Amino acid sequence: MSFRAGPRKGENYELSQDLNSEYRDKRKDAIKRVIASMTVGKDVSGLFPDVLKNMQTDDLEQKKLVYLYLMNYAKTQPELVILAVNTFVKDSDDPNPLVRALAIRTMGMLRAEKIIDYVSDPLQKCLRDDNPYVRKTAALCVAKLYDLKPELVLENGFLEQLHDMIADSNPMVVANTVAALSDIHASVTSQPDYSPDDPALFNVTTNILNKLLIALNECSEWGRIAILDALARYKTDDEKEREHICERVIPQFQHVNGSVVFAAVKVIMIHMRGIRREDLCKQFIRKMAPPLVTLLSSPPEVQWVALRNINLLLQKRSDLLQNEMRVFFCKYNDPLYVKVEKLDIMVRLANDNNVDALLSELKEYASEVDVDFVRKSIKAIGQTAIKIDSAAERCVNVLLDLIATRVSYVVQEAMVVMKDIFRKYPATYEGIIPTLCANLDELDEPEAKASLIWIIGEYASRIDNADELLNMFVDTFTEESYPVQLQTLTAVVKLFLKKPDVSQGLVQRILNTATKDCDSPDVRDRAYIYWRLLSSDPAAAKGVVLAQRPPISLSRTTVSPVLLEELLAEIGTLASVYHKPAETFIGRGRVGADSVQRKGQDLVDDRLATQKALQTVAAGQQSENLLDFDDVPASDSQPSGLAATTIIPQTPAAANLLAGTSANPLDDLVSIFGGGTTGAASAPQNPFGGLAFGGENGFGSPVNSAPPTSLGSSVASPVQTQKPADDLLGLF
Amino acid sequence: MISAFFIFNQKGEVLISRLYRTDLKRSIADVFRIQVVSNSDVRSPIITLGSTSFFHVRVNNLYIVAVTKCNANAALVFEFCYRFTSIAKSYFGKVDEESVKNNFVLIYELIDEIVDFGYPQNSEIDTLKSYITTESVMSTSIAPEESSKITTQATGAISWRRGDVKYKKNEAFVDVVETVNLSMSAKGTILRADVDGHIQMRAYLSGTPECKFGLNDKLVIDKNDRTGASDAVELDDCRFHQCVRLNEFDASRTISFVPPDGEFELMRYRATTNVKLPLRVVATVNEIGTTKVSYDITVKANFGNKLSATNVVVRIPTPLNTTNVDCKVASGKAKYVPAENVVIWKIPRIQGGQECTFTAMAELTSTTTRQVWTRPPIDVDFQVLMFTASGLIVRFLKVFEKSNYHSIKWVRYLTKASGTYQIRY
Repeated sequence: MSFRAGPRKGENYELSQDLNSEYRDKRKDAIKRVIASMTVGKDVSGLFPDVLKNMQTDDLEQKKLVYLYLMNYAKTQPELVILAVNTFVKDSDDPNPLVRALAIRTMGMLRAEKIIDYVSDPLQKCLRDDNPYVRKTAALCVAKLYDLKPELVLENGFLEQLHDMIADSNPMVVANTVAALSDIHASVTSQPDYSPDDPALFNVTTNILNKLLIALNECSEWGRIAILDALARYKTDDEKEREHICERVIPQFQHVNGSVVFAAVKVIMIHMRGIRREDLCKQFIRKMAPPLVTLLSSPPEVQWVALRNINLLLQKRSDLLQNEMRVFFCKYNDPLYVKVEKLDIMVRLANDNNVDALLSELKEYASEVDVDFVRKSIKAIGQTAIKIDSAAERCVNVLLDLIATRVSYVVQEAMVVMKDIFRKYPATYEGIIPTLCANLDELDEPEAKASLIWIIGEYASRIDNADELLNMFVDTFTEESYPVQLQTLTAVVKLFLKKPDVSQGLVQRILNTATKDCDSPDVRDRAYIYWRLLSSDPAAAKGVVLAQRPPISLSRTTVSPVLLEELLAEIGTLASVYHKPAETFIGRGRVGADSVQRKGQDLVDDRLATQKALQTVAAGQQSENLLDFDDVPASDSQPSGLAATTIIPQTPAAANLLAGTSANPLDDLVSIFGGGTTGAASAPQNPFGGLAFGGENGFGSPVNSAPPTSLGSSVASPVQTQKPADDLLGLF
Repeated sequence: MISAFFIFNQKGEVLISRLYRTDLKRSIADVFRIQVVSNSDVRSPIITLGSTSFFHVRVNNLYIVAVTKCNANAALVFEFCYRFTSIAKSYFGKVDEESVKNNFVLIYELIDEIVDFGYPQNSEIDTLKSYITTESVMSTSIAPEESSKITTQATGAISWRRGDVKYKKNEAFVDVVETVNLSMSAKGTILRADVDGHIQMRAYLSGTPECKFGLNDKLVIDKNDRTGASDAVELDDCRFHQCVRLNEFDASRTISFVPPDGEFELMRYRATTNVKLPLRVVATVNEIGTTKVSYDITVKANFGNKLSATNVVVRIPTPLNTTNVDCKVASGKAKYVPAENVVIWKIPRIQGGQECTFTAMAELTSTTTRQVWTRPPIDVDFQVLMFTASGLIVRFLKVFEKSNYHSIKWVRYLTKASGTYQIRY
């Protein structure tokens, strides 16, 4: 009988009756029912004393169930848990090692302040137990205790004991000890301001290293991962030592457990950095390839993790998996997330020899059901064309075949891709323009429309009925989305500059509509600029609107070099799956010393990237995000796509800008369009006078502040008022 | 590391819930239900919300879910989920809602044993079965020596084997099972043909036997070293059960090990060169106007006439707007399954060299949509006994034991495909 006052009926009352039954079977059955209720989320904490009574038993299964209950509710009933302590302490002395281990394992999980102090003595004993099974359980218990009350671990010298246990004769004990120490290490380093000589930090020394290397070959698969993770943290400058570690780790590539393979890859990638012998590195990479390919026959989830990681590895070592493209071909029944990843990798592995096979695959995928996948496949065809010059023509033919299917989303995506091909190979495939224009009616997505309009504008001089085509868009101008409006505007101006006689009326009409009836300030601003350019100096307008743009190219990496190195050191983890540093998704708001340091590196990296981008611009290169037509610039620190910047210093107005003549951008705006007062006076005789507005916007280094203008003259929709200045720069 | 482990049924009800670390509350299960189970458009097996990541694997309409709060080892978590499934399978046969509900006490015991504080522990089925049983065990009934033996085994260098195994007849069965992956283009060119093989071993050997295993392989890590004429099979990669000494394999290419008692997977391998395709499928599928599709499919057994392919199932896709399919087959049975938009053609047995044909005409209703038929590939499932697509042969299996007993070894070969043999048309 329960002596607590409680409801006399209901499920819990019945359970409590049964828990106090005189029959053993009935009691055990009741415990099972309690656990079942607990599982589905019912509150059975009221039965605590009744369940507790059943703790002292010889029936191991029953004991485990009671322990399970205790772990769940100990926190809610701290004063009652104390009653259980006695049994725990007794159990930790049981002749049966399974019972001893069970007791110590459970005690560590009871989150009650009151009983924590009672854990120390049994734990002390169990850490020195004769039985390795008890020792390996006790080792993890230290980590549990640290999580709960770090002082207790430090005071009782458990840490020192753990360090001694690294030399244990049993490999599993070693593995769990390493896991416990690493766990404690991680919880220390996650604190915002830990001291670098905190005793709880686990630094892998040379002495420890040797013990780990011995245990590595003997312990269980999961233990190997713990040990390999510790090896990955080992820091050394000794090249010989690094080679030695790699050689010892390489055999793990043959392990059947995929996560062991990843842990081994991680260690190799980290320690390979310090090895200068290129032949040795090549050999490691060669040995790495087959196991990675084998992972592709694992279940889809593991495959996906593998593919994400392979993608990263390829960004670092493009020689990995050189001849293995075929294994990445999608199976019809692969889950979508696997297919999409495979596409990405296939494009990475594409080269002159395998491009034909790749294209016929991609064409096949483009006829599948999933719209997303089809679009990505078509995009991949475009990326292949941009990546491999010699294959561009074949890619274009495939795209034409796809357009011929007249499936709406296929045609539209192909149109977008075609535009990128035109940007990479200007004036090469003019012959297909009529085919593209024939599909004009099919298009209803802004991106596809904008792409076709851009093509029409760009090749206006070669399309006989360009004015008619554009006329259609001008008619519906106000109903279109802003990207389409911007493109139409630019295309009409291009047409006018190329064929002034046929399009005088058209350009007049669109400038009127755009400046008067349009809601978007960007469209209006651009129209005003064009208007002024055209009215003041058509030659300059030509220089601006029809300027040569550098061809685009595909970048080899999707993350910054510093981030790539960081992610390679985390192969197999969530960070490497997401291609994002861990802080972005564990978000404890930590600003530890190492993250500050990392921030510093990022800054340096950004600066490097800026420098590099400048050189890239000079060389007429473009980064990958140019492929995204209306990609809004993420930040100013990724400059790209600024063509012909050299014009700026040559013109007096730009010189004025550089000197920072105008302070208030709004003033200037007024001055330009309001009839030439103060601001514009600074360069009235200059055709570029209109450029003076927005002069404040970082013109000290004009190149840096430019957004990644996607299409030279066709800039995506920036919102702030000072942005038009950037847009203008983009016009060059 | 793994902070919590759940099993959900298809409706999102919690069947098993176990927290390993204290950084989570039990109510986190509701979040998963809302975000994944009731969300029809889940496009990734990992969902991260805030700092909590859900890893899920679907098995027979169950969701096996692991939850983490840190930058967890994703590969490890998924491997663990699959390991759990295989352990559960070997304990109670099938892993589905009913069996989980019936065995929930056992599952709690198991997941308590195989994970501690979020770190996976011993997950060797053979060892687990020695101390986690379906009948309840009285701690007094096991002598302390017995349980210390168990625990030593669970943690020892040979954690997968008890020392005191005795058999009257010492036998070892080796099954070489190969799964052929084929993807053939409409023109009949092979886009991809490779073999995923695994060698399953059932060892009933006394004592602590030391085994050496030999195949007619030459593992070629360096593709440039390949030499031409030789009957040796080229394996692109192989991976071993944890009992195989990897460093020895790395150094001298010998496969030596102390086997676990009973059944285990000794190795897995992959071969891509000279794959012999057991079945050749030639398909002609024509769309006649918009109302009919004609099929003409031939399956030819491409191996010696002493062998035969069994349980051949050919799945032939039909357009979505098919109303009726008229099939003619010389052997086996063909049936149109409207629910899956396929014709299933089952042939119980095809002798080596034999040819089977299938002709059919599918009638379509007229539709208003212009959407073309995507023509999903034809898929063939089959089994061929005593045949290996890679040509792999077991050369020897030597057993050394202190008592020097005589042992009998049996080898069996099987090549099969299920869902991986795809032919486009």
